[in-house]
Amino acid sequence: MSYRLENTQRGEKYKTVFSKVSPAQRRNRTARSRWRANFLLGLYLILMILPIYWLINMSLQTNSEILGSMTLWPQNLTFDNYIGIFTNSSWYMGYINSMLYVVMNMLITICVALPAAYAFSRFTFIGDKHLFFWLLTNLMAPPAVFLLPYFQLYYSVGLFDTHIAVALAHCLFNIPLAIWILEGFMSSVPKEIDETAYIDGYSFPRFFIKIFIPMIRSGIGVTLFFLFMFSWVELLLARTLTATNAQPIGMIMTRTSTASGIDWGTLAAAGVLTIIPGILVVYFVRNHIAKGFALGRT
Amino acid sequence: MAEITLKGLAHSYEKTPTHAADYAIRQMDHIWHQGGAYALLGPSGCGKSTLLNIISGLLEPSEGEVLFDGQRVNELPPEERNIAQVFQFPVIYDTMTVFDNLAFPLRNMNTPEYRVTPKVLEVAEILDLTLLLKRKAKNLTADEKQKVSMGRGLVRDDVTAILFDEPLTVIDPQLKWKLRRKLKEIHERFNITMIYVTHDQLEASTFADKIAVMYEGQVVQFGTPRELFERPTHTFVGYFIGSPGMNFMAVEYQGDQVMFGSQPLPVSTPLKRAIASANASNIKLGIRPEFITISSHQTTESIPIEVANLQDLGTHSLLTFMLNGQPFKARLPEGHPPVGETAFAHFDNAHVALYIDEYLVEADHE
Amino acid sequence: MNNKVPNNRAWLLVLPMLVLVAFSAIIPLMTVVNYSVQDVLGPNARFFTGTEWFESMLNDNALQAAFLRQISFSLIILAIQIPLGIGIALIMPKRGWQASAVLILITLPLLIPWNVVGSIWQIFTRGDIGLMGWGLRELGVDYNITRNAGDAWVTIVLMDVWHWTPLVAMLCYSGLRSIPEAYYQAARIDRASKWAVFRYIQLPKLTNVLVIAVLLRFMHSFMIYAEPFVLTGGGPGSATTFLSQSLTTMAVGQQDLGPSAAFSLIYFLVILLVSWVFYTTIMHMQKDKPPHGGA
Repeated sequence: MSYRLENTQRGEKYKTVFSKVSPAQRRNRTARSRWRANFLLGLYLILMILPIYWLINMSLQTNSEILGSMTLWPQNLTFDNYIGIFTNSSWYMGYINSMLYVVMNMLITICVALPAAYAFSRFTFIGDKHLFFWLLTNLMAPPAVFLLPYFQLYYSVGLFDTHIAVALAHCLFNIPLAIWILEGFMSSVPKEIDETAYIDGYSFPRFFIKIFIPMIRSGIGVTLFFLFMFSWVELLLARTLTATNAQPIGMIMTRTSTASGIDWGTLAAAGVLTIIPGILVVYFVRNHIAKGFALGRT
Repeated sequence: MAEITLKGLAHSYEKTPTHAADYAIRQMDHIWHQGGAYALLGPSGCGKSTLLNIISGLLEPSEGEVLFDGQRVNELPPEERNIAQVFQFPVIYDTMTVFDNLAFPLRNMNTPEYRVTPKVLEVAEILDLTLLLKRKAKNLTADEKQKVSMGRGLVRDDVTAILFDEPLTVIDPQLKWKLRRKLKEIHERFNITMIYVTHDQLEASTFADKIAVMYEGQVVQFGTPRELFERPTHTFVGYFIGSPGMNFMAVEYQGDQVMFGSQPLPVSTPLKRAIASANASNIKLGIRPEFITISSHQTTESIPIEVANLQDLGTHSLLTFMLNGQPFKARLPEGHPPVGETAFAHFDNAHVALYIDEYLVEADHE
Repeated sequence: MNNKVPNNRAWLLVLPMLVLVAFSAIIPLMTVVNYSVQDVLGPNARFFTGTEWFESMLNDNALQAAFLRQISFSLIILAIQIPLGIGIALIMPKRGWQASAVLILITLPLLIPWNVVGSIWQIFTRGDIGLMGWGLRELGVDYNITRNAGDAWVTIVLMDVWHWTPLVAMLCYSGLRSIPEAYYQAARIDRASKWAVFRYIQLPKLTNVLVIAVLLRFMHSFMIYAEPFVLTGGGPGSATTFLSQSLTTMAVGQQDLGPSAAFSLIYFLVILLVSWVFYTTIMHMQKDKPPHGGA
């Protein structure tokens, strides 16, 4: 089958062939390319999941099974590794410690970043550009650079080995990040909204809380996601600023390595448990995340 | 030649449409003749963009057929339909120059460069884009961008129809008429079918020879701007076309008289006969504000009204009056004598239209 | 849209933030600068050394080697992650539950603590208990990351690709999502090939997010610490010892305050310099773009 169209136009006679491929062939072709894309995506996802699967697999085995023969899935399913973690306060306190400083950091950061980002998105003031640039340079500071000075600083002010110390330390990179993301979202809200609200007699704090924050709530959600992400995954500063009372789970995990060898099962179970909060957080922001990752800057 | 025929066409975005409201386009037949300048006019959500996308092939209709010169093209994608489309927001290829933008469709068809250049220059000339050819398309103004996207349709020799989807939405008001004139000029110069979607009646009537008015997924009238004004075939057309729209009165036939509520109306004999023989409960009479005359003296043909408001619009005034508790509009020419609180309205019988179940019924004027 | 109002009272809004960041950034940085020009022998025995530490750090062979390793590592992972990320973004489903599911799965590695990422790969690649190590050995490949520097490198690059490609993919995905449907429709009508659609519609719209992606990936890869530390400990030998690990060993392990402070400053400045050069080059190349993109 071919689709021809004879047309006389601008004094010339054209014979336009609509298509050399039949609709059925074309459908086949698009279906094939669709299939190829899905195949590649599936392949990537499988390769991506494999290391995590292996971690889960090992967390459900006893050490003797792990070290014994190669098994692709647990032969003798056991939850002992998890039970061990949940019944030992020195283990589960690690999770609580980590959660505590992450949440503290998120709260502190969002509270100071919201007004600052608003200032950057709405006003010019003396030194604003320099200040913004300086903030961004803090994103680029390697945590390793600050190890020693942080240790001394927090030790001298008596905050060493507290949750707030880690929360404050993570502000180093989280506050600039939050301001940068929020500024992008705020700039996409028309200025007229602010002006209308002031004309309607709103005071600045009331306008900010009642009108402005609800308008950028998906931006705030995405910001919180990033704050969680970077505070939760960081270990270098967290372990340097803590000893016993506020020790993060990442540090406690190193205990599985003892003179008599490594307790693989417990290590794997502890690892799996650190992934779960992340899954929960992504799940909550899944509808905003696609838009949010562009940080309001596309 | 491309004569676009829509046969038994219907479209629904639902997978299994159950009732009429599920349809964006309700069962319709329509023919767009080769070389016409058409407008598709209607309020937002009436299905006009859906219809346009079905014609261009971006959407496949759920029922019926789209025929180009008698050939069924339902399954053909837009790239194989010999059409071009201009979108509401200008679509241009940011990183290319204006020249490359215009040459893009030709190059995609592997046209040799020695044929591309003269074609692009010709189209640029027509669209007044010659001076901009070397500029990056990103830096153009909205109207220039819109001209570039139109130009991409014009460079192709095989294009027999250009579809416009509210193309002037983002254009400054003072440039709108200029661009509209350009469109008209292009239409006269090339023998191309143009279908222009808009919700603005002024835009539609200045551009198109014939306008299809859409309402709730159906073309309710297809005619010249004049026909739409003078003989609206559907109450919606009467209401939508003209500013302000037609006045409507729900009437009944009672004891040898046509009653608008408690007010008997002095209508012509053929109209009275038509109303008397109508076997329906939904009977309306329509009269445009232009055909109502107001005076301070009563005649046999006029009815007493209660004046509510007079608005001076410069070239004419607009009178709002109440009749049987319903507001009416009448258009008074410049220099009309002042109107008191009570006055009398006279409906020009030749322009009183009868609608039964919302559709126009012609009463014989012997 | 960017008609900002001059208002110096805006300083009041940034003040709380400034106090906090200054506490976390300026005071520690002063300490570093202070140490970098002194030799601290004891609480009351300090000597001014001028630029001595800086000179010795710049001439240190081990550090130069670590620096070169660091640069190569960053370039390699950028060369893999950027194209791979774009590719994944292009084939990700755009709507429906599949889109959400793929989104959650893809983002997963980004939310795993960095040392756990190291542990996952340590377990995964061990010859005795790891699926990959065991699998390769079964296939007859002599694979051992604790003995063979090449194997260690490949593994670390693989781990980083696994860990961070999702970030590039997500950035590109959100960039692609912001392209209006009309662009694709117009391209179809213009009979553009798939490649032309990518080259002239998708790629131009991705420039902004790609700049962000390259910057973020460069910065983070240049600071990498926990993952290789857990996986290889910097070995075999010092084959996978990157700058952060060298610095930590020097500062915390050996307590060489002066040299490590000088090293810190050089390290920080290098990142700043590279990021700045990259950013200004890109912005120069597309001068007519507004500073925050916006399209």
